[in-house]
Amino acid sequence: MERVSRRDFFRLSGIAGAMGLVHWIRPASSPLGIVSLAHASGSQLTFAYVSDSHLLVRKGYDKEHRFTRALKKAVTDVNSMSPQPEFVLFGGDLAQLGLKEELDLGKGILSELKPKLYMMVGEHDWYHDMGEAWKGLFGEDRYSFDRKGIHFVVLNSVIVEDYWTGSKMTPMERMLFMAQLDNPRGNPFTVGPEGREWLKSDLAKVSKDTPVVVFSHSPLYKYYKRWNFWTDDAAEVQALLSPFANVTVIHGHTHQALVNRIGSITFYGMLSTAWPWPYAPEGLPELTRQMDRADPFNQFDGCGWGEAAFSQQGEADKVYNLWDREPMAVFYKDVKAGAIPGQPDRLHSGSSY
Amino acid sequence: MARHISLPRFLFALAAVLLLGMMAVAEVGEVAYLGEASGSDLPGLGEGIRAIPMCDGETRLIVDVPGVSAGEPMPEPVAREVAGLLWKRYQEMQETSGEILLAHGKEHTQREMMIWDTELKRVVDEGYRLFHSPELGSNGVSCDMCHPDASNTHPETYPKFQTQLKKVILLRDMINWCIENPLEGPKLNEDDARMKALEAYILWARKGVPMEDGKH
Repeated sequence: MERVSRRDFFRLSGIAGAMGLVHWIRPASSPLGIVSLAHASGSQLTFAYVSDSHLLVRKGYDKEHRFTRALKKAVTDVNSMSPQPEFVLFGGDLAQLGLKEELDLGKGILSELKPKLYMMVGEHDWYHDMGEAWKGLFGEDRYSFDRKGIHFVVLNSVIVEDYWTGSKMTPMERMLFMAQLDNPRGNPFTVGPEGREWLKSDLAKVSKDTPVVVFSHSPLYKYYKRWNFWTDDAAEVQALLSPFANVTVIHGHTHQALVNRIGSITFYGMLSTAWPWPYAPEGLPELTRQMDRADPFNQFDGCGWGEAAFSQQGEADKVYNLWDREPMAVFYKDVKAGAIPGQPDRLHSGSSY
Repeated sequence: MARHISLPRFLFALAAVLLLGMMAVAEVGEVAYLGEASGSDLPGLGEGIRAIPMCDGETRLIVDVPGVSAGEPMPEPVAREVAGLLWKRYQEMQETSGEILLAHGKEHTQREMMIWDTELKRVVDEGYRLFHSPELGSNGVSCDMCHPDASNTHPETYPKFQTQLKKVILLRDMINWCIENPLEGPKLNEDDARMKALEAYILWARKGVPMEDGKH
């Protein structure tokens, strides 16, 4: 859970890549001290993610929107990675209100990414037209692929029970109802029976010692139901994943650095490019090293993008590239050992924030 | 409730008699105050005349609400005027009766408390609506995006020296900063009913929540 400065991190990543060695650097006892490469040989894979851009397109607003600016910033950052990641995963909530114009804008910006892009759907992309525009632009909402000995699965985990037919909501009323995080009448996310059946048959083809990485928009565990930091059928999904030796779940929606481990499954939350959510008042996994409160006067603070690097065994080290802060690295070794991180520093929080 | 029934008796010895003509007719906007009556045996009321029960549970306020037929709900602004009249007259009755220690000498009636709670809820609900709506800004952003359940607003920490603004500010100054910057909207006047509603919602939602650095 130590940190390495942004400058050193990129420099050392570059060295690791240039030397053809397996990626991972980790700082020794001193955060700015000697670093060593964790895995000496074997296959390596690093991917980047960008998530939760919440793009807004509104009539009468013709400036470049702050959320548009933020997504472009992430794309520029990923394109400047050296070496380039194997691929980029977009973690869902490309749009704010699921409008075709918002999704089109997002697709245009993401098309500038140099690495291959994989898309995942979030509730903000889905509930205006039940995924029609999104699927038209990006294809299936659940699929899997294999890269360098790792099996990757992309899920649609934002399925909720129908609340709109009985109450005769218009598509936009349905979307707005879903878009409100603190909606006390909201329904919990699920992967759903159909999604679980699909996952079961997909995983049936994969040997149990193959590293598995699952992408889901919602966390595949139960953190805080009131804000839908939650997947209601998480236990059933975890049961499908638990026979595998090493599983990593990377999820969006929570807009914060978040770490959890249940059995052999490690969970990481993704950052948003648009805004950070505060940590929920209860349910925070104890393995999480919390981001300090964001500075509201800096649009980019608490936001950013991230990377995950995998050993041959599928052990993932994770870096949160927080804009205007030092990156936060989370190491598999520490998570597996159950190392409880310290509290966030309070150098700039306090009552004046 | 029983303790309050004696009150209007003093004021209105001739129960069940309309006091029309005995008291000056006061125009209050569209609503005309006609007087009070108690007891159940009221004479027939004319078109637009209403007898509305007061907080003591016995007396009725007689008002003329032109253009609103019997049985029809009063329009919201008219109903607010009538509510204001009810409260004003009830207070006057209490004072005239000699039992003026409203808060300390008497229990509040259920009806009083219901009215106060309803009024509070109305303002808080309006604040909740504004907090969850993009209408205060121009770019579609709303307060709740960064502050679900008004989290991270910390109203109890104001007034404080806001380091980024380099001066001491109140909660309303920070609300206006958010309206002008993330929401890209025009700032509200300090006495704007919308500002009061936003403050009311934030303070209501955060009441009793402990301050925790780095968290909600």
